[in-house]
Amino acid sequence: MTVATQAAPAAAQEQEMLISGSEAIAEALTLADIDVVTAYPIRPYDTVMQAIAKKIANGQLVAEYIVAEGEHSQFEIVKHASTVGARVFCGSSGVGWAYAMECLVVTPALRVPLVAMVGNRALDDPGAFGVEHNDALFVRDLGWLLCWIDSSQEALDTTLIAYRVAEDRRIFLPIAISADGAFLTHSQAITKVPSKSLVEKFLPPYNRGDLQLHPDNPITVAPQVNEDWVIEIRRQNNAATERAYTVIEEAYADFRRVFGRGPENPWFEEYMTEDAEVILMGMGTLSLPVKVAIRKMREEGKKVGLIRLRWFRPFPYEQLAEALRKAKAIGVIDRDYSFGSPFGSGVVATEVRAALYNAEHRPPLIGFICGLGGREVTLEDVYKTTEICYSAAKAGKTERATYWLGVRE
Amino acid sequence: MAHLIAEVVYRGIFQKNLAARITRGIVLSARKAGRWGIAFGRYGDSPQRNGVPAKDFAIVADTKEELEQHMARYQPKELHVTICVDDTLCKGVESWAWYGLQPINRLLLPNGHLLVTSTQSADELLKDAHKKNTPYSLWILPGKASLAGLWVYKEDHTEVRVLGALAKIAPQILSLQAVAEAIREADWGSDLKVESARKAYERVEGRAVKITEGNPETPYSFEMPKWWEMREGVTIPSLPIGKPIEGGKGYRPERSTVFKKFSTRTMRPVIDFDTCVKCTLCWLQCPDSCFDVTPEGLYDANMESCCGCGICEAVCPVGNCITMVNEAAFDNNASQWDMWRKDKDAYKVWLGAKITDKVHVARSHGFRYRGQYEQELASGELELGGAALASGIPGENADQKGLKPSAHEDKSSSIVTGVAEAPGG
Repeated sequence: MTVATQAAPAAAQEQEMLISGSEAIAEALTLADIDVVTAYPIRPYDTVMQAIAKKIANGQLVAEYIVAEGEHSQFEIVKHASTVGARVFCGSSGVGWAYAMECLVVTPALRVPLVAMVGNRALDDPGAFGVEHNDALFVRDLGWLLCWIDSSQEALDTTLIAYRVAEDRRIFLPIAISADGAFLTHSQAITKVPSKSLVEKFLPPYNRGDLQLHPDNPITVAPQVNEDWVIEIRRQNNAATERAYTVIEEAYADFRRVFGRGPENPWFEEYMTEDAEVILMGMGTLSLPVKVAIRKMREEGKKVGLIRLRWFRPFPYEQLAEALRKAKAIGVIDRDYSFGSPFGSGVVATEVRAALYNAEHRPPLIGFICGLGGREVTLEDVYKTTEICYSAAKAGKTERATYWLGVRE
Repeated sequence: MAHLIAEVVYRGIFQKNLAARITRGIVLSARKAGRWGIAFGRYGDSPQRNGVPAKDFAIVADTKEELEQHMARYQPKELHVTICVDDTLCKGVESWAWYGLQPINRLLLPNGHLLVTSTQSADELLKDAHKKNTPYSLWILPGKASLAGLWVYKEDHTEVRVLGALAKIAPQILSLQAVAEAIREADWGSDLKVESARKAYERVEGRAVKITEGNPETPYSFEMPKWWEMREGVTIPSLPIGKPIEGGKGYRPERSTVFKKFSTRTMRPVIDFDTCVKCTLCWLQCPDSCFDVTPEGLYDANMESCCGCGICEAVCPVGNCITMVNEAAFDNNASQWDMWRKDKDAYKVWLGAKITDKVHVARSHGFRYRGQYEQELASGELELGGAALASGIPGENADQKGLKPSAHEDKSSSIVTGVAEAPGG
């Protein structure tokens, strides 16, 4: 899948490390030379905050490290730091992210290029810290750019790309990088870490231009407005989000040029989809059991493939419609819920269904709610989704639009 | 098929409940003849802020369908009647939002009606109200600006007097009898109030206004930018710092060119530059940076940005240096210091006339001490909103100025000359 566009001089400038997804993010933050980071512990996000603290303590990173008294302040502080021109990082999980909501809402409107890590976690109650994607999805309609990562390598690479995209003057929007709690935040894998000089070729300094709060540039940020102004501000946000399609493609292309690796398609990873009759879809680390199951099913002659979404906002609806063009059935595995939604589907299934509405070819689409609260998505679960998809492909329609899998019943 | 669209232009806090009672009264009176209606306030306004111009609306129609056709969510596009319950608003209305200055008669339909509660004559009011390119009628209901509408409503009969006057202006929609019935049924109604409404019906006087009449000034406007013209990030330029004037001897702070605030003003400071001791207190304490520093070290209040809060008068340690005077006594925003500099003797005469003019000085823009309102009502005609206040606002220097609250007691019967009116006689 990884195709270098030119011979990679980069290899020599990268070293291998055995690190977790959270530690990979901390490596990227060090390479990006962030200025201000705020912290407030909540599992599993706390792994990244500890990794950054270690970097600073070791003298590898010089940055303001502010432990806030809660997530609300945590996100508020970085928002303000960013408006004066600081490169900032922040993060949280589950209900901590929810507690910061008031600040999360205004961050895109103020065009603050905050990069945040969401260690995906179920929303209490009941007290739980396993993965669910509903926390990050809170902000899906508000102008945040959202992506999901799948490996330590992708964590590091995506963090660098996120700064490049967020701080692009055409964008100036916050990006939340979602990492599945436990599977990514607490497991270490071999990761290539580039040199600082290589990163500098890819990531220019943050320049806030005429939006920077500075005595030489006297501006007022966020005055009170009424109905005569708000829709214009939303329209601006929408334009920036639409520009993100281009800017993200550019950033990935440049990443490949500088580092000699990285995906051709920024939007999603395609695994064995070329001839696939059934295409399974999902976000984050559930790709692992799905890929294993696909390899086993391929041995039995079943043509199954996977599309793992990287970017959820902006949603790559055109690219997906094209990629799903030849499928006979689609099974979307959601690690989230959306109670009372159309067909009772999860969020991703609902979005994919909407993306295909205008498509010429609309194969049966079945939603699967699976792996909630950090429950493992098993090979059996994947076999079952495939089986259901195959019978839908055969019938040309879906008997049921949504299934819950792995539930005791 | 008939309908009536009316607005009440009022001042925030002081007249909020008054405006609501008037618009509700219009709808409930029209209902007596089986008509339908709605009453609502302009949501973008900020009627919780002292003196800020705001609007309430009433729309009534013969049928529900006709009502819907004329309904608006924020503000109707055109009106039959504008009711102005504070005559200083005839100078124009700048909403809390950035609309520029709207002439008081801006939304009136051709041959519409502008009803003003005022002690001024039509000729005086037309120095303030901007010229309009269609004719309309100006109606004056004698009375001063009601201050009845604080959080707790104090009765001064202004709401029923306006409803009575409307019965004269739009009898096809609101008969006097229907108005009387609605007043009697209201939880704030009484026979005495019905009587006040009837007297107002008799007393209100109107006259035609030609397109050649009115204040010839073009009110400042503000063009709303397109979405792609606006700076991103909900970011606007701050006001730059000020500039030296008069060869570096004076100083003028920068002020907003798009939001001027002066239509919030009901009283303005009049300054005696000859008694000024240059203590700087007015300049320091002014919350709107109104004061230019003159080359002599005097302080000249800029009338485009003064909202008339009266703090300068309250902090001034000199007895007769700064005096707040009813805004109705002025026809423009010219610099007082310029007048003084050009002709000191003429200025002294002008100044003396302004601060001793009891009719115009008689104004308060809020209550500065407990019991002030009761005192006003007790000392004057109830239906005209009581009597005059003496000049001056007690502030931290009230003692030096002999302006203890008790000094405000005014025994004169009415600020309006003429025969005493109901109630009571």
